[in-house]
Amino acid sequence: MTGTTVDLILLAFGVFGVLIGLTLLGEALRLRIGAHHSNPVIETYMTRIRSWWAMVILLSLALISGRTGVLILFAFVSFAALREFLTLTTKSQADHLALAAGFFVILPAQYILIGMDWPGLFGILIPVYAFLLLPIVSVLRGDANRFLIRVAETQWGLMICVYCASHVPALMTIHIPGYDGRAVLLIAFLVMVVQFADLLEYYFGRRIGGRKIAPGISPKTWAGLACGVTCAALIGGLLHWITPFGLFGAMAMAAVTALTGLFGNIVFAAIRRDKGIKDWSHLIPGQGGIMDQLDSVAFAAPVFYHLTRFFWSA
Amino acid sequence: MALTPPLNPAAPPFQTRNLRSLCTMDPTNPIRRFAASFTGHAITLFARFITAVRADWRGIEPVRRQRVYFANHTSNGDMPMIWSVLPPALRRETRPVAAADYWLKNPLRAFVGGEVFRAVLIERNPEGRTADPMARIITALNEGASLIIFPEGARNMGTDPLLPFKSGIYNIGRAHPAVDLVPTWVANLNTIMPKGEVIPLPLICTVTFGAPLHVDPDETKDAFLARATAALLALAPQPARAS
Repeated sequence: MTGTTVDLILLAFGVFGVLIGLTLLGEALRLRIGAHHSNPVIETYMTRIRSWWAMVILLSLALISGRTGVLILFAFVSFAALREFLTLTTKSQADHLALAAGFFVILPAQYILIGMDWPGLFGILIPVYAFLLLPIVSVLRGDANRFLIRVAETQWGLMICVYCASHVPALMTIHIPGYDGRAVLLIAFLVMVVQFADLLEYYFGRRIGGRKIAPGISPKTWAGLACGVTCAALIGGLLHWITPFGLFGAMAMAAVTALTGLFGNIVFAAIRRDKGIKDWSHLIPGQGGIMDQLDSVAFAAPVFYHLTRFFWSA
Repeated sequence: MALTPPLNPAAPPFQTRNLRSLCTMDPTNPIRRFAASFTGHAITLFARFITAVRADWRGIEPVRRQRVYFANHTSNGDMPMIWSVLPPALRRETRPVAAADYWLKNPLRAFVGGEVFRAVLIERNPEGRTADPMARIITALNEGASLIIFPEGARNMGTDPLLPFKSGIYNIGRAHPAVDLVPTWVANLNTIMPKGEVIPLPLICTVTFGAPLHVDPDETKDAFLARATAALLALAPQPARAS
């Protein structure tokens, strides 16, 4: 067993510990209200925890299995997220082929290019080539009605759900001196920092209250944001041993990543409000859709990827 | 249980159960039954993978009651979607009412339509009809089956959310007043698999079941059809209703 695998298993057990604590808390609350009653808040909480268990186990297995496992997992995550996103965007039958190409050509190609370790091409496939080619495919069917809205919303979906999300597995392609073969740990670091920042921001934001960041769009407050980012920096510091960043580097990276993720969350709140929905789908019991989980990670991943490449890669 | 009409009326009647008979069209032989059940699972799995299809039981519970699900029809995928979201116990007792000319076109369709979906096949074209469609439907109801029907009679290709209903649903409600007539809205399938496209788009499909209707004793056909249309339309997501 390599050192990386040992570190991953340690991390997984750490997260399992947190989840066991949360599960026990829920069971204790259930016992307190008695077997004959059920409280919807507790039941929602328990459904959420169960979904968390499933997600953590799935991600741990993918990370332990290595590069291919991570690529396959994130390709499917992108697929499910894009499915939720494009369900709600503006489209017409003229876009059918372009959308099918997005799902069945562009998406797999992006992940294959990452698997081939070809940053020169996976960095421009969607922002340049999909951006230029998909509108051409659409326009050939000759429907100009709301054309710009159609192609723009499709491109936005591909950028977020495929391009940005694929920067999580793309972390494995960065070559860092003295960190060979350990890049999967960066994925664990990124996902943990962003998800814990989300949770803690939510908790402190509700506790403290204060001025809202974007009134009418999201209940997030400046105080909650500050607490979330500070906690993320502390968690990043605690996890610095799995990164090549050093203690303060890890704290700074965690803070920047968490901040981007939290703002990404607000952007997605605006999109949901615009489309008149509460959740993106019902795929994950108690948590809404894949997109509801992915929004902050997708925003944070490219920033994290480029900072890592800029400051630490060979 | 009486099944669909003979799949190939020209074939000689089935007589002895020998090895060759396993390859014949007899729907009771175990290999064909296994193949039918396997194909059924493959279809539900495919529907889930492509469209993450989900049921919204808004007006009824998914329990075993005799029901006629009447749905909007925009795509050939409508029926498999409704069929896929029904819990297995309900699915086994539910038979779609479908066009014989479509489902008997080739042996594969005859197998899928007749043995996987166990469709009640009706002849759409009045000329050269061998059986009255309504008689077939009533027979299936008498046998205790639930049904899936598309009261618009044909796929809706226009911009109107629904075409005018045919009178079949009213006659069913008259003949079987105790059976629940359940409005069932299939959302998004016209985008997932529009007519003339080959590749299905993976978008999320939702099947919404509304509150059941019954024909009132003194209700006219037109009044009931208007009520049924309104009940079905009320389940459509906002943009579909507005257009």
